Amino acid sequence: MGSIRADGIQAGRLTPADYEANFSDIHAPLSKHEAIVESERCYFCHDAPCQTACPTSIDIPLFIREIATGNDLGAAETILSANIMGGMCARVCPTETLCEEACVREHAEGKPVKIGLLQRHATDELMASGKQPFKRAPSTGKKVAVIGGGPAGLACAHKLAELGHAVTIFESKDKLGGLNEYGIAAYKSTHDFAQREVDFILSIGGIEVKTKHALGCNIDIGVLRKEFDAVFVGVGLSGVNKLGLEGEESLSGVIDAVHYIAELRQAKDLSKLPVGRNVVVIGGGMTAIDAAVQSKKLGAENVTVVYRRGQPDMKASAYEQEVAQTNGVTLKTFAQPAALLGEGGKVSAVRFDETDHVSGRLTTTGGHYTLPADMVLTAIGQLFVPDGLGGADALALEAGRIKVDAERRTSVKGIWAGGDCVADGQDLTVAAVEDGKQAALSIHHALNS
Amino acid sequence: MADLRSNFLGIKSPNPFWLASAPPTDRETNVVRAFKAGWGGVVWKTLGDGDPIVNVSGPRYGAIHSSDRRLIGLNNVELITDRPLEINLQEIKKVKREWSDRAMIVSLMVPCEEKNWADILKRVEETECDGVELNFGCPHGMSERGMGAAVGQVPEYIEMVTRWCKKHTRMPVMVKLTPNITDIRFPARAAHNGGADAVSLINTITSIMTVDLDQMSPWPVIDGHGTHGGYCGPAVKPIALNMVSQIGRDPETRNLPISAIGGVTTWKDAADFIAMGAGNVQVCTAVMTYGFKIVEEMISGLSHFMDEKGYQTIDDFRGLALPKFAEWQHLNLNYVVKASIDQDLCISCGRCHQVCEDTSHQAITNQIDGKRKFVVKDEECVGCNLCAIVCPIQDCITMVHQTKGTDPRTGFAYDRPYANWTTHPNNPGAHAAE
Repeated sequence: MGSIRADGIQAGRLTPADYEANFSDIHAPLSKHEAIVESERCYFCHDAPCQTACPTSIDIPLFIREIATGNDLGAAETILSANIMGGMCARVCPTETLCEEACVREHAEGKPVKIGLLQRHATDELMASGKQPFKRAPSTGKKVAVIGGGPAGLACAHKLAELGHAVTIFESKDKLGGLNEYGIAAYKSTHDFAQREVDFILSIGGIEVKTKHALGCNIDIGVLRKEFDAVFVGVGLSGVNKLGLEGEESLSGVIDAVHYIAELRQAKDLSKLPVGRNVVVIGGGMTAIDAAVQSKKLGAENVTVVYRRGQPDMKASAYEQEVAQTNGVTLKTFAQPAALLGEGGKVSAVRFDETDHVSGRLTTTGGHYTLPADMVLTAIGQLFVPDGLGGADALALEAGRIKVDAERRTSVKGIWAGGDCVADGQDLTVAAVEDGKQAALSIHHALNS
Repeated sequence: MADLRSNFLGIKSPNPFWLASAPPTDRETNVVRAFKAGWGGVVWKTLGDGDPIVNVSGPRYGAIHSSDRRLIGLNNVELITDRPLEINLQEIKKVKREWSDRAMIVSLMVPCEEKNWADILKRVEETECDGVELNFGCPHGMSERGMGAAVGQVPEYIEMVTRWCKKHTRMPVMVKLTPNITDIRFPARAAHNGGADAVSLINTITSIMTVDLDQMSPWPVIDGHGTHGGYCGPAVKPIALNMVSQIGRDPETRNLPISAIGGVTTWKDAADFIAMGAGNVQVCTAVMTYGFKIVEEMISGLSHFMDEKGYQTIDDFRGLALPKFAEWQHLNLNYVVKASIDQDLCISCGRCHQVCEDTSHQAITNQIDGKRKFVVKDEECVGCNLCAIVCPIQDCITMVHQTKGTDPRTGFAYDRPYANWTTHPNNPGAHAAE
């Protein structure tokens, strides 16, 4: 057994009770009473700003009114008809920059209606009831291939199945869910919620699932185009950006944060998951914050997130930054990694160059410092890897991702795309769900015309 | 500092806040607690004669709630006191002796025979209480036995029983009226003709609160069945306020003292009733919701209001709003207001637009130059006040009196002189009168 103060990367730094507490639900669900009290705060606005702010346009005033009148299942139907992953979005959406930021009560008194928690209340009630509120339309005889079983693919598949099409999901990993299963911080999706939601989505019927099927390995998009009436691509971002520093590959302890989080999410026993004593996380997005907070919760003594710009520039919301800070993570800004230092093949420290905005450009100032680190988590962005899509020529790209139109049609007839792999994506579950839904509607229209 | 002392029918109390005849005044324990809390007087829960009545042991109360489970309407199926007459009389006497500065009124309800009333009045006089209130209002349980509202709904009975009571007691007699009639002036006149010293109103309104949809029964459900009960609380105050003003304006009863009852919850409610002519107020539902302590807020609030307005005593502002009551046909049709939205206070909920658009005159924008903005269109606004009422922000929407220029809606000047329906050219009656 390790302890908080043990040097190096060690497992079992905490007691079983600590792991239990640290990885329990970060936001406890509302009790029935809390849900009623909160729902009655909603003003039922005209053309509600919260709904406009929601990428999936959930009718928020309506579902909250349904909760207030004791109709939780009706509320859940309202939510899920716009966003089939309303349950997960209630847990992971940055509501503080979406619906709750737009809430008129945020404007009026700085206390928005807790839309996310109310959404969770309603969807939890429906999940607990075991009901699938949507029925499939009569079979159309059309077949659609969905490549990638993440939020975009699942949302697309559910809508297509509802509209009567036969869907086959091809997923490269063992499980469906994409980043919901492999990427979301553990304390945001407890009790295997991602898989329960996947089961709920599949329970509509008409969706065949083929896991361990990856483009370019055992499936070919050209073949799929011939075998199916339409193809949806929602393969996410499978690559990660590199620091480009010596030792990144050779020194042990330098780990890509996306894979570390995935490992954590799949760990059956968190006490067996090793973590450093001094963890340095490089980056400023949600992955950096999630990796930092989870390292801290695994028992790392010192966790520092280092970001090359200022806090307002971070892609992680101010609220997420606060979560990190209240969990004991140190945020250091205006410094970029200059060198990885090692001892005996293991990373021991990171040297940073200090930076600043000069005439609108980020430049190094000449100052530097070194942080001791037995574990370095890199989280400086993910990359779309167009493997198996027939090369960049086949599907037009834009800024390194698949180019789509408003209906999520790619440059190739018969192929739609959505989620993180498309250009202009917000890299949010809720945006991916919207992509999948819109693509499904477009596919349905195309197949019917 | 305002003087809140009340002298109602010669009955003195330190303030005009009395507890109405109801569960809170059922027994010594409660009444003493109320007096300790500061209540000016009580009307002891209605006494009857013969064997004590029996109450249901199932639920007695039903309610409706607004947001945050605030109780805005209560109903009950409780009857008059279910305790022996002798015990009540002993307690009344004891409490009155110990709290001589507080008003002690005893509510009564006995069968419609002169002897029953004469007998109980004699017993009650021995308690040295300050007066009696005749319960002609209870709409459930007792009315089926020919008492309560069954008397209150027949003006001849009211007059008859009131006359008996005045004949058999030296005490002031107050008649409590039921609102379950078509015109409150008739029972009030009957009480007045019978010699009543005052009327108190309103008693509760016959009501069914809701239906239990699982049991398919009126709620509250007592062993599979429900019944109608008496409705009270904040929701009934507007009905009571109108009835109080009707009696105050009726030439036959305009000098008849009124003890106002019906949804009094705050000092403001009490001030409203006093401004409409009531001499004092009686409270029940508010204490059944929050306990006796609320009288502190009522005393403080009324006192500060009177200080601010320069009223020394309750009588200084009693009835001041009555002459401002006008029948609709006398309202000034040339008085024009337009809604105005304070853009600094507006939180852009858009409810004003929604209700005006769906249910009124389409007089509020939802966008200006493609941006979410709510502005009143004077050319459509009829000044109805709906937007101001549904706005969640206090004072954000105000109704502004227009005095200069021309109304773009009607094309008429804003400063036209007073004119009402009785002289309006569209009024056939006005032509006939020429």
